[in-house]
Amino acid sequence: MATHKITVTVNGAARAADVESRLLLVHLLRESFRLTGTHIGCDTTHCGACTVLLDGQPVKSCTVLAVQADGREVSTVEGLERDGKLHPVQEGFWEKHGLQCGYCTPGMLMTGCALLARTKEPSEQDIREAISGNLCRCTGYVNIVQAIQYAAAKLRER
Amino acid sequence: MIPAGFDYHAPATLSEAVALLSRYGEGAKVLSGGQSLLPLLKLRLGHAEHLVDIGRIPGLEYVKEEGGMLRIGGRTRESALEQSELIRGRYPILYDTVRVIADPLVRNLATVGGNLAHGDPGNDHPATMLALGAQVVAVGPSGERVIPIDKFFLGLFTTALQPDEILTEIRIPSPPPRSGGAYVKLERKVGDYATAAAAAQVTLGANGAFDHVGLALTNAGPTPVRSQDAEDALIGKRPTDAVIAEAARRAADASSPTPDRRGSVEYKREMARVLAGRALKQAVQRAGGQ
Repeated sequence: MATHKITVTVNGAARAADVESRLLLVHLLRESFRLTGTHIGCDTTHCGACTVLLDGQPVKSCTVLAVQADGREVSTVEGLERDGKLHPVQEGFWEKHGLQCGYCTPGMLMTGCALLARTKEPSEQDIREAISGNLCRCTGYVNIVQAIQYAAAKLRER
Repeated sequence: MIPAGFDYHAPATLSEAVALLSRYGEGAKVLSGGQSLLPLLKLRLGHAEHLVDIGRIPGLEYVKEEGGMLRIGGRTRESALEQSELIRGRYPILYDTVRVIADPLVRNLATVGGNLAHGDPGNDHPATMLALGAQVVAVGPSGERVIPIDKFFLGLFTTALQPDEILTEIRIPSPPPRSGGAYVKLERKVGDYATAAAAAQVTLGANGAFDHVGLALTNAGPTPVRSQDAEDALIGKRPTDAVIAEAARRAADASSPTPDRRGSVEYKREMARVLAGRALKQAVQRAGGQ
């Protein structure tokens, strides 16, 4: 089976890899690039723990081939913090207790970031719809919604 | 889970893609959004020697009205359909449908063409396309052909597409005045396949009676089910509760759901009846009828 030379821009930096056709994006990130912030949850396109941004859109990286990301931009949870300061969405999860076990959190953060990149003032319904592909088994979602609302307010202040 | 090995091809043009499919025949599969195909390969329920990714071919993603038709590029992502003002304003049945397909993350990659070409009776677009009387455009080695949607779904995961054909466009006749449509789905949770779902597209005449009706069901048999019998019961009649109830009963009678975790045959058929009635009523309302 053929391998492919690919270049993916991950969190702003170009990274090259030789990949098998069947390698999944989540494995490229976690195993080849050692970016283990992106989690593997259900591995069946349901739970959203593996959510990353592909050209700015949140997608489930367990259901994308690494080779499909060739020449494209991927953002992961590792890219959120800047100069030691948490991204407002991360800060919101901290302030509003938006997590318990933390397993779904990287995916929730990425989906939250993508939502706030396109909507400044999302309603509660907008937020609930946006995260409807990300499962959380701990929080009951209430604090996650509040965390994203916190981040939205914080971003509007900027 | 990791799929069994395959070769990956990313042709830059449609003709290259068709040539690859011709060369590899049954061993090749078209990769569009990958949101059904990749899970199948990972679970090893499906197998492919070659994946032909049409994602790098320009010009297959669009939503536009042209020549009395709505034209949707085969590789149009569900999220693009969802965000289209044209769809929201003029094709509410499609907006209803796209909003209940999988979840927003999946919709960022999943494509309209893929949803049809996969041939899964549990997918949501097929019933809607049956109700709308769509046409499917397929491109193969000998050029382009147009397949009426009624002739497209042949069996479980089987469509009229040949192994060397690519679904490039969906065409939907622009609805005349006094038309409306709706898609109503019962699902256990976001991302689930329908327990039952119904698509209805209607046009009312000047006297308020049904001029044209398309009615179809999701997950009600090995293929999406269009209910001609129910449609016939409506034509020429005014949309009263009794008339709609009779049509919904006929639609449910035409369904042959299988029992699973979502419910028994009796339950699913009953839900099909209820949803068919609701879809019809909402379609009538949107058409400006009573």
